[in-house]
Amino acid sequence: MITASSRPVERGAPRVISTGPVAWGRKNLFNSWFNSILTVVLLLILGSVAYSFTTWAFTQADWSVIVANFGNFMTGLYPPDSYWRVWSVLGMVMALAGLTWGALARNQKSLFGRNLLIGLGGVALFFVLLPMTRPYMPHILGALLLLVGGAALGQALGRKFTGAIKWISAGWFVSYFIALYLLGGGPFFGRGTMSPSLFYSIIVMLGGSLVAGWQLASRISIPVIPAWISKTILFLVGFIAVYQVLWRLPYALNLDFGLKSVSTNNWGGLLLTLLLAISGIVLCFPAGVLLALGRRSKLPIVRALSVAYIELIRGVPLISILFMGQVLIPLFLPEGVRPDRVVRAIIGLTIFSAAYLAENVRAGLQAVPQGQSEAAQSLGLNKFLTTALIVLPQALKTAIPAIVGQFISLFQDTTLLGIVGLVELLGISQNLLASPTYLGDYKEGYLFIAAIYWIFCYAMSYGSQKIELALNTDLR
Amino acid sequence: MTQPELQVSVPTSHAVGSEAVIVAKDVNKWYDNGFHVLKGVSMNVYKGEVVVVMGPSGSGKSTFIRTFNALEPYQEGSIEIDGVRIANDLKDIEAVRREVGMVFQQFNLFPHLTVLQNVTLAPIWVRRWPNAKAEEIAMRLLDRVGIAEQAYKFPGQMSGGQQQRVAIARSLAMQPKVMLFDEPTSALDPEMVREVLDVMRNLAKDGMTMVCVTHEVGFAREVADRVVLMDGGLLVEENTPEEFFNNPKEERSQAFLSQIL
Repeated sequence: MITASSRPVERGAPRVISTGPVAWGRKNLFNSWFNSILTVVLLLILGSVAYSFTTWAFTQADWSVIVANFGNFMTGLYPPDSYWRVWSVLGMVMALAGLTWGALARNQKSLFGRNLLIGLGGVALFFVLLPMTRPYMPHILGALLLLVGGAALGQALGRKFTGAIKWISAGWFVSYFIALYLLGGGPFFGRGTMSPSLFYSIIVMLGGSLVAGWQLASRISIPVIPAWISKTILFLVGFIAVYQVLWRLPYALNLDFGLKSVSTNNWGGLLLTLLLAISGIVLCFPAGVLLALGRRSKLPIVRALSVAYIELIRGVPLISILFMGQVLIPLFLPEGVRPDRVVRAIIGLTIFSAAYLAENVRAGLQAVPQGQSEAAQSLGLNKFLTTALIVLPQALKTAIPAIVGQFISLFQDTTLLGIVGLVELLGISQNLLASPTYLGDYKEGYLFIAAIYWIFCYAMSYGSQKIELALNTDLR
Repeated sequence: MTQPELQVSVPTSHAVGSEAVIVAKDVNKWYDNGFHVLKGVSMNVYKGEVVVVMGPSGSGKSTFIRTFNALEPYQEGSIEIDGVRIANDLKDIEAVRREVGMVFQQFNLFPHLTVLQNVTLAPIWVRRWPNAKAEEIAMRLLDRVGIAEQAYKFPGQMSGGQQQRVAIARSLAMQPKVMLFDEPTSALDPEMVREVLDVMRNLAKDGMTMVCVTHEVGFAREVADRVVLMDGGLLVEENTPEEFFNNPKEERSQAFLSQIL
């Protein structure tokens, strides 16, 4: 037992802390006889697995299925003479990614650290050396160049203008619709095509009419009638008038840039997977946040509806929602109004993920102490500002790991759409591997797409760790 | 349009006016479980006055001052802040909260914002001041509470005493008519109590109307114009600090003082 009057602590010479791989191995792998045995046995097992895998991959495996069909894996049945449109989309995304990265890292001394340059070089080398991508080498190197150039430009812009990030975000938003148009083509406002009309109806038509109605209501007032009635009437008048004009205008103009129409039936592979996943993620996030807030609302009807939605959707398997989207929704809608099958798939994924995301966000909301909203309210902030500026940012920060987990599972859930007939990455692989030419090449095909799925999921996970680190404001 | 005045306006002399800032009449409050926490409490706070509210834990003193900015609703009686009655009208409640500053036991700084952003948040979003003006006033206030050089730190990087001083600056940035302090030093390490009390003392000297729930007897003796003792949801005694600490009227006050002195 140690008493208060214990002898003074004897201090010998400070222990020499040895470093280096040998010291590390001794400390972590061979620090007792039992651990030494474990280490040796595990190393043997790992070595034999690695050996047999490498032998298989380089001697027995027949990678021709991937080399010959690389374009199909990436884009499905997209017409090869229009591949340049896919490359343009990739180029646009790469440039924007570069800009974003540069603008976010504007305060770092050097944008391209040693590790990063090695990584980029490695990726470039990988694409140059591998036989399957060699035909596309200039494209891929060009995309990498756009990424790097965008980063440099983004850093310069970010240092010069404070609002750069806002504009880049707007660029991402618009780029989504440009990408849809590039991929879909067709007459710019044609009824058959999905992309421009989607962009046009959401942003221009709805947004423009809302702004017009709001402006009309706030500028003019009808005397005699109570203010709220006159405001409502004026808003509706402005909204409907502008909506009608914008609805008819494009068909009168009959714009066509001469891009050949590519039906969504021909969209596939990784392209479709990414399109589905990104659209689903972008749409389910705000929906999930609103549902989470609704579930904590003091208004009984809002709360009841949110709870009902969340519990109903969580009680139904995703595959049944997807089947419903593909098979049942067209039955309920009037003849002629038939959303594209890709749109229906995106809606199904969004409906499903929003319910789970809402629960993740709700957990985050509950982790924010009561004192935070009390402090905000005592400063005179109203309910909306308290939620938007104080509670939600902290809740989302706490919920990042769970939210990203939900995004990752949404990404993987896109594989289920193969069952309802969309040839996304898994679907196209199954079709290819079923053809007699590549009979027996299952291992190669599935290994390849597994690697692709892993790369994207790990990228999301890595990104979420980086964001968490950047947002950690405690004891920095 | 005239430019709004650029100063943190508090009267310079410590003169207690006759104009009541807080008028609480016969306030009754029950918790949801039926517990009668405030049993008809009445109190007036006049402009420029410093009132210290004392009492054992569970006496309802925190609940009472939290009704002054409607963080706690009450069921009977009436509370008027600067002529505005706190009732169920959300507009009135938000108007009152703009004029009443509150400092909490646990500071409740916003951890995701820098110190400067904590202080400028409400002036920018509620008062609609331009950023430059809000930041100028915030820096002046941070200087006044002695932490101007830490304006770009996050709350999590500061000591408790510093955080509480930021919280005081954050409330002052809204230029409130009255400040409420809910045990501002109870969560602090002993060596940090003083820096916070010094700030409060200076604030009182500048003529700020203050209601403080605190157990700091020294502070009450020196700064308070009036000391109020609450117990069991009732206002037991209201007295000058000298009389209250040296010569309390009520038996309950004597018992309380014998516990803490």
